[in-house]
Amino acid sequence: MISKRFVVVAVALALALGPLASAVLAQGPSIFIPLLVYRTGPYAPSGIPNANGFQDYFNLLNERDGGINGVKIAVEECETQYDTKQGVECYERLKSKAVLINPYSTGITYQLIPKAPGDKVVVHSMGYGMTASADGRYFPWVFNFPMTYWSQASSFVKYVGAQEGGLEKLKGKKIVHIFHNSPYGKEANPTLETLAKAHGFELTLLAVDHPGQEQKATWLQVRRINPDWIYLSGWGVMNGVAVKEAAGIGYKMDRLVGNWWSGSESDVIPAGDGAKGYKSMTFHAPGAGFKVHQDVIKHVYDKGKGAAKKEALGEVYHNRGMINAMLNAEAIRTAMAKYNLKTAPTGEQVRWGFENLDLTEAQLDKLGMKGMIRPLKVSCENHEGNGLAAVQQWDGKQWKVVSDWIEPMRNVVRPKLEEAAVQEGGEKLKYAKRDCSKEK
Amino acid sequence: MLEALDLQFTILLLSNGVMIGLMYSLIALGFVLVYKATDAVNFAQGEFVMIAGFVAVGALTVAGIPLWLSILAALVAMVGFGFALERVMLRKLIGRPIIAVVMATIGLAAILRGLGPFGIFQGTRPLPLPLRDEPFILGPLFIPPIQLLGGIVSLVFLAGFGYFFLKSRKGVAMRAVADNQQVAMAMGIDVERYFGLAWAMTGVVSALGGVLWGNMLGVDVNLALVGFKVFPVVILGGLDSIPGAIIGGLIVGLVENLAAGYIDPYVGGGTKDFAPYVLMILALMIRPYGIFGKRIIERV
Repeated sequence: MISKRFVVVAVALALALGPLASAVLAQGPSIFIPLLVYRTGPYAPSGIPNANGFQDYFNLLNERDGGINGVKIAVEECETQYDTKQGVECYERLKSKAVLINPYSTGITYQLIPKAPGDKVVVHSMGYGMTASADGRYFPWVFNFPMTYWSQASSFVKYVGAQEGGLEKLKGKKIVHIFHNSPYGKEANPTLETLAKAHGFELTLLAVDHPGQEQKATWLQVRRINPDWIYLSGWGVMNGVAVKEAAGIGYKMDRLVGNWWSGSESDVIPAGDGAKGYKSMTFHAPGAGFKVHQDVIKHVYDKGKGAAKKEALGEVYHNRGMINAMLNAEAIRTAMAKYNLKTAPTGEQVRWGFENLDLTEAQLDKLGMKGMIRPLKVSCENHEGNGLAAVQQWDGKQWKVVSDWIEPMRNVVRPKLEEAAVQEGGEKLKYAKRDCSKEK
Repeated sequence: MLEALDLQFTILLLSNGVMIGLMYSLIALGFVLVYKATDAVNFAQGEFVMIAGFVAVGALTVAGIPLWLSILAALVAMVGFGFALERVMLRKLIGRPIIAVVMATIGLAAILRGLGPFGIFQGTRPLPLPLRDEPFILGPLFIPPIQLLGGIVSLVFLAGFGYFFLKSRKGVAMRAVADNQQVAMAMGIDVERYFGLAWAMTGVVSALGGVLWGNMLGVDVNLALVGFKVFPVVILGGLDSIPGAIIGGLIVGLVENLAAGYIDPYVGGGTKDFAPYVLMILALMIRPYGIFGKRIIERV
């Protein structure tokens, strides 16, 4: 019979040595990438497919290619529950081994931005985070490619203009922005206000407080205003409720356009048939019809190593997780090529790789992702790259892209972004402005 | 024209406040039932609703059981869950300080929320009811069918449980147990049995809440968030009062809607969700036992 004392000692040793064991596994020649995930908590329906997408793509690289240029990728998840404090704790615990981090929360991103230069860890906030950090002259360690919230909002206005027959036709139109009452939700407001002045449309801003389960009063306001278009910057349960409320008041669903954090399956399924026709912005295609999905099935799922159910492949957030992982991997590949590495690169080298990422159509084709995302080029000055947006529409069963790729109004966004970078980077964080011409 | 629109807008805000308030009352009823019968404070009420939603949607979409059977399955499962919870966890806490039950239910809530997204419930699942999406338009009123159903179900069950506590033998016995467990035991009342019954009744209310709110919001872990609405409702109405749950729910619904309609647009949002809590704090300062609550109540 096993004595009680033996059990206690065994459990104590397991608890004490467990973390050491994982640390040992993570060392060696592999590239260590921590994943801040939220598989639990109120945002888990969005966090789980995203995290699974990351896992599946990194698994694919390890299983099919032996990693990146033969160097395996070691991944460790840390649960944040989408909570900023927990996210920062995860970062502090894992940063010594990490060369890059994807915070997966605008709140966590804001906290990590000041830490990144000292820790030599690249922060990649893909399509979220601080818009001003797209100015690489002030924020060398932060990247938000392929696009920022501001570029996204300008793409929305451009799309609306095209639907109305030209930007000049926006004069006198009514556009409502329904946003999550948080820094994330408010991000698009300055851009929309600027464009409202420039193009003469009437903009109404309606905040919805977290978590956004009860929005009837907001939608009664919408009914009263009777807008021509609605832009939705929601998150979590707020999105599904908003879509359902819009259907409930009989609003034309093809004139309700969410941002790309308001356009997943979990945002439309609760509304049932009422969600048909709802649109959202995106920077990548949905669906599992790309070669990379066949590779994931062959090299990961058929070996029983898939993170999700096979049917989940092609869901919006699963694809987004895979694309995020691919962008990370290609930046690392760029760094390894530059420094001729056969081992894991350092944080400084990875930063160079991010800043010089040039993802061509040919490379996307090779990766099995041609058509899934547009080619992308990042530079020292421009950390959001030259990404393009698109509009996808829910047909009751799946999301389908219904627009051409849309070039953001860079002439409007970039000057505002540079002003914000001076304030956020130069004045608040006291960063010196880099001279990119000397860093080629 | 503008005045007419504004009048209609106000009427719509008020009617929406009433309908949504009744749905809050239903969730609050689960909290009141447990407090009224056992003196225990259940901080996992929202999670009970979430679990009920998972059971109903699991039966409907995964097992392929018809809707009415799925709702029945949720009711049976939640009654069983209530009994089991009382038997396994809460019975051991009888006689312990109230903080022990509070901490136990807070822990339970965290566990249920954590376990919620695993397995088949990773995404959001719809819980369709045979109701049309288009609202009923009655003069200036604009009432979504699900809210009308929710309001009717809430009123029926609030009245039913009110009658049960006032008139039935078991209801009187439950009140006796809540008033003084030792005296009730001395009078020959099986205290543990009535504790189990109270938790099972909470299970019934949670199942109904899970189906109604699950239809409105979709079923995922977020469904547990409706539990946050319970606290201002029961503090305003009275922790142990069924009429209080109705009045508290209506007040919270109306205050939320009026704040959202008339204050939020001027301050950029944010007042709708905290306005009921302002009322709650005022109620605690002025009338700590709530509008219909017992004067002598233990607080945590």
